[in-house]
Amino acid sequence: MTISAVVTGMGVASPNGLGTQAYWRAVLRGESGIGRITRFDPSPYPATLAGEVPGFDATAHLPGRLIPQTDRSTQLALTAAQWALDDAGLGPDEPALAHASVVTSNAAGGFEFGQRELQNLWRKGSGYVSAYQSFAWFYAVNTGQISIRHGTRGPGSVLVAEQAGGLDAIGQARRHLRGGTALALTGAVEGALCPWGWAGLLASGRLSTSRDHARAFLPFDSCAAGHVPGEGGAILVMEERTSALRRGAPTVYGEVAGYAATFDPRPGTGREPGLRRAILLALADAGLGAADIGVVFADGAAVPSLDQAEADAITAVFGPRGVPVTVPKTMTGRLQSGGAALDVATALLALWHKTIPPTVNVGQLAPGARIDLVTAAPRRADIAAALVLARGHGGFNSALVVRATPRGGTGPDTTPDPHDRRS
Amino acid sequence: MDRRVALTGMGVVAPGGLGVKGFWELITSGATATRRISFFDPSPFRSQVAAECDFDPAREGLTPQEVRRMDRAAQFAVVAAREALADAAAEEGDCDPARLGVTIGSAVGCTISLEQEYVVVSNGGQEWLVDHSYVVPHLHDYLVPSSIAAEVAWAAEAEGPVALLSTGCTSGIDAVGHAAALIREGSADMMVAGATDAPISPITLACFDAIKATTPRNSDPARASRPFDRSRNGFVLGEGAAVFVLEDLALARQRGAHVYAEVAGFATRCNAYHMTGLRSDGAEMAEAITAAMAQAGTAPADIGYVNAHGSGTKQNDRHETAAFKRSLGDRAYQVPVSSIKSMIGHSLGAIGSIEVAASVLAIEHGVIPPTANLEEPDPECDLDYVPQVARQQAVDTVLTVGSGFGGFQSAMVLTRSGAASTQALT
Repeated sequence: MTISAVVTGMGVASPNGLGTQAYWRAVLRGESGIGRITRFDPSPYPATLAGEVPGFDATAHLPGRLIPQTDRSTQLALTAAQWALDDAGLGPDEPALAHASVVTSNAAGGFEFGQRELQNLWRKGSGYVSAYQSFAWFYAVNTGQISIRHGTRGPGSVLVAEQAGGLDAIGQARRHLRGGTALALTGAVEGALCPWGWAGLLASGRLSTSRDHARAFLPFDSCAAGHVPGEGGAILVMEERTSALRRGAPTVYGEVAGYAATFDPRPGTGREPGLRRAILLALADAGLGAADIGVVFADGAAVPSLDQAEADAITAVFGPRGVPVTVPKTMTGRLQSGGAALDVATALLALWHKTIPPTVNVGQLAPGARIDLVTAAPRRADIAAALVLARGHGGFNSALVVRATPRGGTGPDTTPDPHDRRS
Repeated sequence: MDRRVALTGMGVVAPGGLGVKGFWELITSGATATRRISFFDPSPFRSQVAAECDFDPAREGLTPQEVRRMDRAAQFAVVAAREALADAAAEEGDCDPARLGVTIGSAVGCTISLEQEYVVVSNGGQEWLVDHSYVVPHLHDYLVPSSIAAEVAWAAEAEGPVALLSTGCTSGIDAVGHAAALIREGSADMMVAGATDAPISPITLACFDAIKATTPRNSDPARASRPFDRSRNGFVLGEGAAVFVLEDLALARQRGAHVYAEVAGFATRCNAYHMTGLRSDGAEMAEAITAAMAQAGTAPADIGYVNAHGSGTKQNDRHETAAFKRSLGDRAYQVPVSSIKSMIGHSLGAIGSIEVAASVLAIEHGVIPPTANLEEPDPECDLDYVPQVARQQAVDTVLTVGSGFGGFQSAMVLTRSGAASTQALT
């Protein structure tokens, strides 16, 4: 069934801005949220930088009973979901919520909560493990908690594909809309910024060991040497377009027009990775050609071989320097599954504001990267569609196309710009 | 018109029987594979029984490097996937790798390896600032369980859509439903789909102890899993995997594959009620059942067997019984219903796929596995639960259901291919 899945609300929790407005303002100014870790003492570890969401007080946003049963990443996810619903003008009595779907991605679950309970078990004994541990840490927690808080009784799901999962969740939510669900909450918010999670991230061998926050995460740069992890992400409200217009949704940010996922050939085969194929499939799904895409939000691994592979895939589809490319996650770090979901929110804001946010700190492009990387400052561009790319450790590739929608209908064009920098 | 989805290959790793054959023999014999936990000393825990797999990865064909890098859950998944792929007997050229995908379900991912590594880096829980110099190189793969799906994709040489699906205890049924949806919509022609979990680890025991979800019937491990029985008092933790080859029915026919069954309908709902609690009316599970039957074009009268979630907790078995009555009406009282968790325990995310295997084998062999240990039914559980002894009975259409933490309620309809009730949707 062909439907148009539009995004009508977003909630953002990012290291460089809590809330969509603060985030977009920071992005346009090139403000980074990367800094020395404060949540634990990082000095014993080779990597010490992360993107932490600043100034988040869960008790200010959530009912008290939810605090002891949730990891910080779930608290951020619940807050972002509430903001997304507020942004979409959906109050608690909205009847469509009862049949809504929730789809999130999660690469590591409530890991800090898990470390605390593992410590209770091994240091004190089994009787000291929290009654909430069984569901506070697992990968399904955010979907379950969002569904319960907002009374959504439609289909729920959770996809894991390391960093690519954020796009897969949004693609799956669109699948639910095609299946007849009118409304979905989707995206990903996460973070495993505790010593135990840090040990796991270090084991990936892909973390930057730089101590200079401005030089630590340099995708496509000749000095790329790993990435900086972070916490946060975005939750979106997605609706079938006609029902969004019928209810008078205040803002239609744009349409999720295309999506595809592929997997790389087995390591050692020497064959081309699957990213180019994911891009082509997502474009075909959207019914668009390469020329229709005004900007690419790149995965930006900041590992030289992976950057080269991504630049090659983009160049193969769009030609050398054939499309503006940007990596706003240089301002946030890589947020596990949350990063790609945040990139989708950012892409929608870029469409809305006709402005491409910059890739900060990158100076000298790696010689093989024949891409038009938007560096230093935002670039004004009349973009009608954007492509978002994400890759997950192990060989996961996902691509998603968002397209501007006519600002007609119930009148998003007459609505004051919700994220006007001057306000 | 939607494409139809054929199930053409099957692999199982289950307690009491590795491989499809051993698994089917066990669950039709009515014997149980639950026992006192042997992996570690369970005496500090309230619940000390589990259904463990006697699984030797080397004997199951995994190389030393595969054994080293994979958590037990990934090992189960790869072994089951290889069995399923061999069973489906697809040859090179039958399916373009780009059109072959993987969906693996798992509720708790690489729990055992994560806990083992935690104990080392924290020096037995003493250090909050864990010592990363003791970290094994594969810790990141344990941290992010999509590594399990990647391993299966490598085993299957799949290059289409690949993901891990994690919806708690409905992961196994949802993974198969997800894969079927990808084939129907045309994103893939063939999918390797199933689920795995290996949760028998101290932290899992402790967290279920804390909410009294698992049974404390430690004195009688073989009879500890008692779905629908009046004396039931919690589930028995299990482990295992089941993986299938699903494909476009037209492709299966074209290549002359044996079609065990069609995945005719699937639906899932959230109960939006509680992370671990269930509303007694079973409304959301009933809604999932009704939606799955609608997709399959199946009426309650067509259902020949209901493979229940039947976990053996007080609230689940009543919730589920209510859901069957609500969705199937009078048919609920006539159709045989059974829970194989009575024999192989509750392997969290894996069990949904293992139950799909049991459902498909019931169609294949015309035998309904029993609910072991059902001696005196709970008066509130008043359906035909096939107590203790398997039943010879031809079955064309099976309903299998799952219910999980997070509020997930899922239902799937499997039909004999070409059976009268199997009408593809328009």
